[in-house]
Amino acid sequence: MLDIINVHKTFNPGTINEKVALAGVDLHLNAGDFCTIIGGNGAGKSTALNAVAGVWPVDNGSIIIDGENVTGVPEYKRAAYLGRVFQDPMTGTAATMGIVENLALAARRGSKRGLCWGVTKAEKERYCEVLKTLDLGLEDRMTAKVGLLSGGQRQALTLLMATLRKPKLLLLDEHTAALDPKTAEKVLRTTDKIIAEQQLTAMMVTHNMKDAIAHGNRLIMMHEGKVILDISGEDKMKLTVPDLLHQFELVSGEEFANDKVILA
Amino acid sequence: MSYLASLNSMNLIGSLPGNIAQGLIWGLMALGVYITFRLLDFADLTVDGSFATGGAVTVVLILHGWSAPAALLVAILAGLAAGLITGLLHTLLGIPPILAGILTQIALYSINLNIMGMANLAVSVDNYSLLISLRKVTAAILVTLIFAAVIIMILYWYFGTEQGSSIRATGCNPAMSKAQGININFTKVLALSLSNGLVALSGGLMAQYQGFSDINMGRGAIVIGLAAVIIGEVLGEAIFRKRLNFFGRLTFVVAGGVIYYIIVGVVLWLKLPSNDLKLFTAVIVAIFLAVPYLKAKSRTSFAKAAKKGAQNNA
Repeated sequence: MLDIINVHKTFNPGTINEKVALAGVDLHLNAGDFCTIIGGNGAGKSTALNAVAGVWPVDNGSIIIDGENVTGVPEYKRAAYLGRVFQDPMTGTAATMGIVENLALAARRGSKRGLCWGVTKAEKERYCEVLKTLDLGLEDRMTAKVGLLSGGQRQALTLLMATLRKPKLLLLDEHTAALDPKTAEKVLRTTDKIIAEQQLTAMMVTHNMKDAIAHGNRLIMMHEGKVILDISGEDKMKLTVPDLLHQFELVSGEEFANDKVILA
Repeated sequence: MSYLASLNSMNLIGSLPGNIAQGLIWGLMALGVYITFRLLDFADLTVDGSFATGGAVTVVLILHGWSAPAALLVAILAGLAAGLITGLLHTLLGIPPILAGILTQIALYSINLNIMGMANLAVSVDNYSLLISLRKVTAAILVTLIFAAVIIMILYWYFGTEQGSSIRATGCNPAMSKAQGININFTKVLALSLSNGLVALSGGLMAQYQGFSDINMGRGAIVIGLAAVIIGEVLGEAIFRKRLNFFGRLTFVVAGGVIYYIIVGVVLWLKLPSNDLKLFTAVIVAIFLAVPYLKAKSRTSFAKAAKKGAQNNA
């Protein structure tokens, strides 16, 4: 479903702030893979996701989604294939627009936006049903402005928007990092449920090793802009946090430098 | 005493219809400002130029024998083009919004001079059939009211469509818009064009109303437009005591233009020097901009928090 082939990206090349973010990333995801991505700060996890989303052009290498080479396709066109949820709950939704309006915008991802009415009646009924599945009571506040919702509600809504039209690939960029543990847990459960129901292919960046182990069928670890560890199937199911730390030290030859991950 | 005696309330009432007519025309212009300033979150200074462009195109075409509606239609197209230029300067060349607008505005000054061939061009209602004129103020009010009603309905419809929604999303959250497949460069250019088309239309109406177009007729248009938008919003919310819906907002923006011109009328009636009119405008806009902020602040402020804390500890 996704092929990342030898992708390189350097920010601010030739300046004092030069930063090699991706140094030849290779990754192949099968259809239905739910892949968690962990790594220390600056390992290139979010950058890899942004490369797939097309936030900027990559320096080298190619990105292929479901057989189509999208390396030269701009972000707004690539969006047709992708569902995205961001770390900041503010990023994924339009605060001054209503819940229904946000869903309607997402439902038209990848299609032409013409002069038809922005939200049809049939749509509203459908959205009411989907909102019920979140179990947050949002179905009773369909016209409320999204800016009035809590961070957790906004992330749940963004998740719904990302999957309202089945994406070829779901990109979750630390989407629970800004939430309190209880809300994070709830959003993660919703994530699991939606991915399982729609049989989505997904990538989830997380700082939390336990979450990375508990979710998905595959786990990759990134370090200095490269994939250094790729565990799937049986091995992934047996994985524990100390295993992972040990593996990291073996492969990278250094200690895992991220307090957030260890403490989590 | 003699100053008060010299103020004749009949004069104020007499000038009211004229102020209302002018206010309605500027209210239409303010709807254009509303599209960019509020919906797109883009302070577009092109309008100072495109307002005059609308006037210049309309008057020149009417003098060449075109009918007034046809001339207005071309004026709208000229405004669309002006907005297009600002949009392209911003999206293709990466020029910041305010600067892109200023560049188009200054370029339009020369273009407007070229269109008119001189700085001021008269078109008399005696010799040409105009849609509105200050000689028939009541009719002018009616015609501009119809214009306002139709345009408000069109805008209400348009910004409810898929395309209009994508413009609103762009103004609210560009990152989200891109993630939802919206080409935000396209929506920005589209909104800027529509806005300036509307501004040029009101420029064309103003030129007919006053019977001439002038190279400086758009000077300060952005401030008047902002004044109308903000006065309308503040008053609308004060009257209804809640956030207005979109239709109410559009209506109050036009009303804001009228109220602004009535205030100007009062200022002139008080015999304050007309040279200071722009100064008064700036003060009015500053006051109305400050009101929502100060109101929010009066509810919670550090000074209040300190006072309360002191009381509780006492």
